[in-house]
Amino acid sequence: MDIEKLKADLIGQITDAGNLGDLEAARVATLGKKSRLSEVMRGLGKMDPAERQQVAPRLNALKNALNQAIDDRRGALKRAELEVRLAAEQVDITLPARPEVTGRIHPVSQVVDEITEIFADMGFAIAEGPDIEDDFHNFTALNFPPAHPARDMHDTFFFDPKEDGERMLLRTHTSSVQIRTMETQDPPHRIVIPGRTYRSDSDMTHTPMFHQIEGLVIDRNLHMGHLKGTLEAFSRAFFELDEVRMRFRPSYFPFTEPSAEVDIGCSFDKGQIRIGEGTDWLEILGCGMVHPNVLRACGLDPEEWQGFAWGMGIDRIAMLKYGIPDLRAFFDSDVRWLRHYGFQPTDVPSLGGGLSR
Amino acid sequence: MKLTLGWLKDHLETDATLEQVLEKLTAVGLEVESVTDRAAELADYTVAHVVEAVPHPDADRLRVCKVDTGSGIEQVVCGAPNARTGMKGVFARSGLTIPGTGLTLKPTKIRGVESNGMLVSEREMGLSNEHDGIIELATDAPVGVPFAGVVGLDDPVIEVAITPNRQECLGIHGIARDLAAAGLGTLKPFNRDPVGGAFPSPIGVRFTFDDPATADACPVFHGCYVRGVKNGPSPEWMQRRLKAIGLRPISTLVDITNFVTYDLGRPLHVFDADKVQGDIQVRLGREGESFVALDDRTYEMAGGECVIADDSGAHGFGGVMGGAANGCTAETVNVFIESAWFDPVRTAQTGRRHGIDSDARYRFERGVDPESVAWGIHVAARLVTELCGGEASDIVQTGAIPDQSRTLRLRQSRIASLGGVQVPEAETRRILTALGFGVEGEGEDMQVSVPSWRVDVDGEADLVEDVVRIFGYDHIETVQLPRLSDVATPSLTAAQRNVRTARRSLAARGMYECVTWSFLPLAQAELFGGGDAALRLANPISADLDCMRPSLLPNLITAAARNSARGNGDIALFEVGPQYRSDAPDGQDTVAGGIRRGRTGDRHWAASPRAVDAFDAKADSEALLNAVGLDTSKVQIARGASDWYHPGRSGVIQLGPKLRLAQFGEIHPAVLEELDIKGPLVGFEVFMDAIPQPKAGRKTTRPPLTVSDFQAVTRDFAFVVSRDVAVADMIRAARGADRNLITAVDIFDLYEGERIGADAKSVAMSVRLEPMDRTLTDKEIDAVGEKVIANMAKSVDASLRG
Repeated sequence: MDIEKLKADLIGQITDAGNLGDLEAARVATLGKKSRLSEVMRGLGKMDPAERQQVAPRLNALKNALNQAIDDRRGALKRAELEVRLAAEQVDITLPARPEVTGRIHPVSQVVDEITEIFADMGFAIAEGPDIEDDFHNFTALNFPPAHPARDMHDTFFFDPKEDGERMLLRTHTSSVQIRTMETQDPPHRIVIPGRTYRSDSDMTHTPMFHQIEGLVIDRNLHMGHLKGTLEAFSRAFFELDEVRMRFRPSYFPFTEPSAEVDIGCSFDKGQIRIGEGTDWLEILGCGMVHPNVLRACGLDPEEWQGFAWGMGIDRIAMLKYGIPDLRAFFDSDVRWLRHYGFQPTDVPSLGGGLSR
Repeated sequence: MKLTLGWLKDHLETDATLEQVLEKLTAVGLEVESVTDRAAELADYTVAHVVEAVPHPDADRLRVCKVDTGSGIEQVVCGAPNARTGMKGVFARSGLTIPGTGLTLKPTKIRGVESNGMLVSEREMGLSNEHDGIIELATDAPVGVPFAGVVGLDDPVIEVAITPNRQECLGIHGIARDLAAAGLGTLKPFNRDPVGGAFPSPIGVRFTFDDPATADACPVFHGCYVRGVKNGPSPEWMQRRLKAIGLRPISTLVDITNFVTYDLGRPLHVFDADKVQGDIQVRLGREGESFVALDDRTYEMAGGECVIADDSGAHGFGGVMGGAANGCTAETVNVFIESAWFDPVRTAQTGRRHGIDSDARYRFERGVDPESVAWGIHVAARLVTELCGGEASDIVQTGAIPDQSRTLRLRQSRIASLGGVQVPEAETRRILTALGFGVEGEGEDMQVSVPSWRVDVDGEADLVEDVVRIFGYDHIETVQLPRLSDVATPSLTAAQRNVRTARRSLAARGMYECVTWSFLPLAQAELFGGGDAALRLANPISADLDCMRPSLLPNLITAAARNSARGNGDIALFEVGPQYRSDAPDGQDTVAGGIRRGRTGDRHWAASPRAVDAFDAKADSEALLNAVGLDTSKVQIARGASDWYHPGRSGVIQLGPKLRLAQFGEIHPAVLEELDIKGPLVGFEVFMDAIPQPKAGRKTTRPPLTVSDFQAVTRDFAFVVSRDVAVADMIRAARGADRNLITAVDIFDLYEGERIGADAKSVAMSVRLEPMDRTLTDKEIDAVGEKVIANMAKSVDASLRG
């Protein structure tokens, strides 16, 4: 029996199979019960031991070779089939994906989150208070004398007088929350107060509603140096600069003494303001040591407690930091503006990860 | 407050440069708002000599001038009637841009004659509106030099912001005092020597207040009669000063009052004495009285204003504005000068009530130096007699100068412990003395007397401020607050954190955060349950913004309308902010409100957008509540949203009937019509203050996870029920079949239609069974299924759909 010829014959049948169906037929034909190989194998029993010992290993080797050939052929056929399928399965991957809309966080909220993050690190809590205030909290307790011209400067929105003559108003500054905090909580205090404020003013750079953030620190042994240090540290962190030039100018607020306005160094270049560059100055906040009369109005002894306060326009510093040109657009809810100047909800400001992108 | 550098130097002996003056002004708290240096702006415009001016060959009105510019002769064609041979004028060469017209000059031909450069008018130089002719300079003006210096425009104009506490700096003398104290020179005293006394004043002054309690309106009035004056234009130097700071020269007498107001901060008034009937009387105005003021407007009194009257009635508001009836004219020959003191509060009220902003009001309402009443009358009388001639009478003195003298204790240590800067005691004393304070005692017990012009100083902190501001805020050391903890602790309360989370979760759902006004029109407030009289502004900025908002939705809806008009009609907006129930401190609620309008997105090749509906708003509300840690499987959904929602397509999310967390749904079509926007438009309001706060002392550990290792199975059912059965009740009934095994019931189909009748609906649900301890047998699964069917039949009268 010519095993070599048999092998060539059978393997030929396998490699000739053009698809998986033919290959299965070839497997049955070459290795099945009715195959010539099976027939020869069955004949082994009738052989004398010497012959069998010689033939049997060769037949087994043949069987293994056939199995191997079938596996190889199957692999090759599958690969070819896959290739055909893949060739047919192309999409235009430049087609736009299914839409997923992400909204935006308003710049005011984003900046409040940034400020909150910085002051949290400096040990401040966030305080809040009502927008509709009484005269006492907005003016009197803050050492505005009745009919003082400083009240005029505030362009206050009033409600109609009540039966008892009291006239409520929309707070002109977040300073009213200083009073509410000192009235209800014991010192020491370290708070910032973000919120809506209102003045009857509307033009290119003023809106009847805007946002302020107030700071109040009351403790023993605090002086203007601490005020300066706090605001300088804040400004560097907020504007994300190693150095920010600042200028403290004497000024006047009824509720602080001494008082200061603070300018920040910047450049004005083609209508764009750049913080941390140039030789110009831009006013960013008012501040001072809390007036003894304010402390007294809140039941604190100015000989024991002392501290400082400041007020800053949130919209304004948002405009400065992010180069937003028009204040009025903040309140217009134009989605084109919100998309452009707003922030991704995932961009949560943090000191660890950075305040801004 | 405007001044010029030259005017300042009338009061300050100094060789400081303009730059140094500006820097020091700001450093001591007199913030420089602007500087106008006309000499620098006009440096290119020079004195020129018109050597020859001959008629233009082809134009009657034009002249052809040969102009000596100092650097050559130019030919200029000029249309001014006063252009003539031999005059001196102002030459603008080709290439310059004329300030008054913005035009840039270039060599040209005018009616065929070459013209190079221009002879300019005052209007072209931006100096005045004068355009009848070109500027004529003195014939001895040196040719070729900048003309600004020749006409006295080389005095820089400085505008400073004076804070309300520093009224004494509303006179240039006061500004000079601050600068001198800060080391920029020496304050020059001004002449306050007595004048007058030639004769007794024929006009007296009487206080005729009906109610003595109101006599503090004007406690003191000094007057002086000057006879035989001549009232022409004021001298050149005075006009130049007044013009520089933007005041229009009128006549010598009027100009003197304006000059002294700005020079020394002392407002004055001058009456034409021949028009005063009887004595000057100071009293309060009476309701119904009226007079014509110097601004030619008629003012009707409300009563309570301080008025200056005579026998014929009230003629002016004291300290605010005088009357036309006895004002000075070119014919005035006898005058009566007023130097008085008016109560700041009443002055402010009068000015505000009648809408008069005058230089006098501005100063009196800030508290003019009371002592200036006495020296002011002499300063005024001297200027009048010097500039208008005549003789001054005795000084009429009515009332007494209010005594505001006070002495304050100052501890030297407070300069450092409050001001944050070490100032030597000698320097403290020097600064205070230079500012006019008297200092006695030393160290921790300095007794400091306050000068009469410093109305603002009434405590130790004020003295510290004065010392530190003059010493220089730049010297304050920078000190950091002590840290309260090694690692920062959270600064937000749980409620504040919820607000922050609400914003970010809604934005992550594709909504745009807005910040809209806290106010809106009354009509819109009323649509959303507001409009309470207590929440309406008495002085709104416009009728559109007159009412506090009762809900966040109307402003968002009108914002959507605006966006729609700009081509963005499919829109999702939200705001987290206050809405107002009452004017009490707790009448303000924090709400997260949002709206979606139009379709869910743009048309897309792979995903079709659909119209927004109530379930979008429900999803937004639930997502927000989930984000702030609420388990929304525990809430109840009920009907009963506010009236501005579609009654059939809205609901509330609540934890029990009293704790409403949110409401959502389609906005009522009638409301949309009122707000002039087309639907579909859905909205939600989540009441942030109603969200339960986490319990104090909460633990960070979570309960252990229990998951089943055994095969979960799902069974689907389709039930037919009456249409008014709530699906939530069906889900509850299904889950009730076996609370341990059934872990989820999902609704995967809803059918309402003819095939099952008008009153019925078919609801298909998938029920998931999750055994914890073994694999369920078919029998067990069937048994649970039977129980589900039975429960559904019992609870909601449901039958299996055939």
